[in-house]
Amino acid sequence: MKGADIIVESLKKEKVEYMFGYPGGVVIPIFHALHNAPFKFILTRHEQGAVHAADGYARASGRVGVVIATSGPGATNCVTGIATAHLDSVPLVVFTGQVKREQIGNDAFQEVDSTGITRPITKHNYLVQDIADLSRIIKEAFYIASTGRPGPVLIDVPVDISNGEHRFSYPDTVNIRSYKPVYEGHQGQIRKACHLIETAKRPVIYAGGGVVISNASQELREFVKKTGIPVTTTLLGLGVYPETDPLALEMLGMHGTYYANHAVNESDVLIAVGARFDDRVTGKIAEFIPNAKVIHIDIDPASVSKTVKVDVPIVGDCKYVLAEMNKQIKAPEISAWIEEISVMKRDHPLTYEKNNGTSIKPQYVVEEIYRQTNGEAIICTEVGQNQMWAAQFYKYTEPRTFISSGGLGTMGYGFPAAIGAQLARPDRRVIDIAGDGSIQMNIQELIVAVQHRLPVLIAILNNGFLGMVRQWQQLFWEKRYSHTCIDFAPDFVKLAEAYGAAGFRIEKNEEVAPALRQALDITDRPIILDFRVSREENVYPMVPAGQSFKEIIMRELLA
Amino acid sequence: MKQYVISVKVENRFGVLARVAGLFSARGYNIDSLAVSATEQEDVSVMTIVVRGDDRVIEQVKKQLNKLIDVIKVSDHTCVPTVERELVLVKVTAPPVKRPEIYQLGEIFRADIADISNKTITLGVKGDPDHINNFIELLKPYGIKELMRTGRVSLLKE
Repeated sequence: MKGADIIVESLKKEKVEYMFGYPGGVVIPIFHALHNAPFKFILTRHEQGAVHAADGYARASGRVGVVIATSGPGATNCVTGIATAHLDSVPLVVFTGQVKREQIGNDAFQEVDSTGITRPITKHNYLVQDIADLSRIIKEAFYIASTGRPGPVLIDVPVDISNGEHRFSYPDTVNIRSYKPVYEGHQGQIRKACHLIETAKRPVIYAGGGVVISNASQELREFVKKTGIPVTTTLLGLGVYPETDPLALEMLGMHGTYYANHAVNESDVLIAVGARFDDRVTGKIAEFIPNAKVIHIDIDPASVSKTVKVDVPIVGDCKYVLAEMNKQIKAPEISAWIEEISVMKRDHPLTYEKNNGTSIKPQYVVEEIYRQTNGEAIICTEVGQNQMWAAQFYKYTEPRTFISSGGLGTMGYGFPAAIGAQLARPDRRVIDIAGDGSIQMNIQELIVAVQHRLPVLIAILNNGFLGMVRQWQQLFWEKRYSHTCIDFAPDFVKLAEAYGAAGFRIEKNEEVAPALRQALDITDRPIILDFRVSREENVYPMVPAGQSFKEIIMRELLA
Repeated sequence: MKQYVISVKVENRFGVLARVAGLFSARGYNIDSLAVSATEQEDVSVMTIVVRGDDRVIEQVKKQLNKLIDVIKVSDHTCVPTVERELVLVKVTAPPVKRPEIYQLGEIFRADIADISNKTITLGVKGDPDHINNFIELLKPYGIKELMRTGRVSLLKE
């Protein structure tokens, strides 16, 4: 069997449903074999779009996203997508073509050192040097990508390997002696954590993307039910605990709620579950959680005590560990604390200045999306103000319904990710909440959504600015709006029409709800809604970068 | 900054050295010495890395090393009893009148004379790093023309 066919047969064994990619010279043999593959191939219009789409597919479905790109520029175009997946622990297997083995290192046409370039942004990568290793490598790649702390794995395939001949046999098992992820937490540590929690007076749960990845949302809910401890989530943890519940503190961190940040920082026991104390969460480390003992449940030992000293580390899968804790935990006596928190929630709600005329508030658009979809949509976001408003003003109640580039903060992620998410979840409405800056970074993928009749709704919160940078310039850089004004912009409605999508411009507040209703009625093609929102709206609350939560800015100080 | 000795057992495959070295260089750490060598197992290599840093970052680097798929075992040899060896080659200026002194010094350090020319002597010494440091210090007054150390290898004591 040809190497190219071995790849396709291996993907069949892995029960791949979708593959995303873009052809090129050295992958022609693989594309030749893909022509008859039983799984669906999604031809994006840029390799970055392919990786983000596979990533969105993976996050929405919990399965491995699969990508193929050619050598050289094909591989380098994948880099941002791979790094995005790496930072957010998304399982991907990315195939790149490579020049013939004998040409490697000769600066051959479209040659780059793909394994070298992607070494720090993959969980692992391979350069296939012997066709006899090919199927084993693919098996290992899927295993490594999807187990332990997941991540992207790249397989670089020289064209003479794809063209080579070898007998196909797919291994049943994987045995990598140096890679044995630990799933079950240490029993002694679990007991210790339970004791600590049972005597806590002001405990808080801080849940992150790890809870989504390990499908531990049910276990978390049960844990909260048993203990009555309030829950805050990170950006990537949104949805693991219903934000509509009284014990939900919603998101913490730089743009988190007042009550989440206060509760965490005034806690005596902080239970971190599948979260990694990112700087956007902690702010100034020296002043973060001054009085708290920290319990940290994480599958990645390298995440434990990385930035914050942990008192009770539990290395293991959130699902296993929480289930184990649920068997033995007793509720602590914390009614005074819960009362304190509910006062905070009442006195410092997440809010914004409602509009005083016809101008559209971006927060209102998000709230209206929430209302009209009954909170049942899958929300993808770009990066910047749109992302934060989407996180704050839509209430997430289920895991895998908020899809966003958290760690890398990749503008241009949301729309291709929405394509992948829509393919994974045809039963759900997928909405990309975008900015006018971000959406232009991967707008070429619009044709893919049109081609596959995917009703992805793109809600552009169009303020004519690179809004988040402008906000920082306003607050911390003397209001010098250096190169952040982008109101020299395309006509998004005509652009949508040019692609065969639907497009509407919404300029008045009262048009928001009807336009959304109209858009949600369209189910056979993507829709761009160009919301002309008030231009200098800021995201609040805001804890300025590198400062403590005490410096939180709640609302506009400059009238 | 403190000096650390980290011993890393890895799969004997191409690309592993770059993965390991990358974890240090990505943090702006300069590796003082690095010795990669075969072990008693054919498919396992060992890397002895001497590096300066602070406790917290080195702890993190060790965890990151453990995460590499090709890394089998990471041991910190900094604060535990070990035997260490290193080899140095020193080419020293040696006019005929100075030669007896240099020979004598070499004898004390159990050096071997690797090469002699009209103007220089090249000596090789093996030993633990202190032994080699002392030897180099004592040769300095004669004028060291060239010097090369292998970097240390380190084994845990039984």
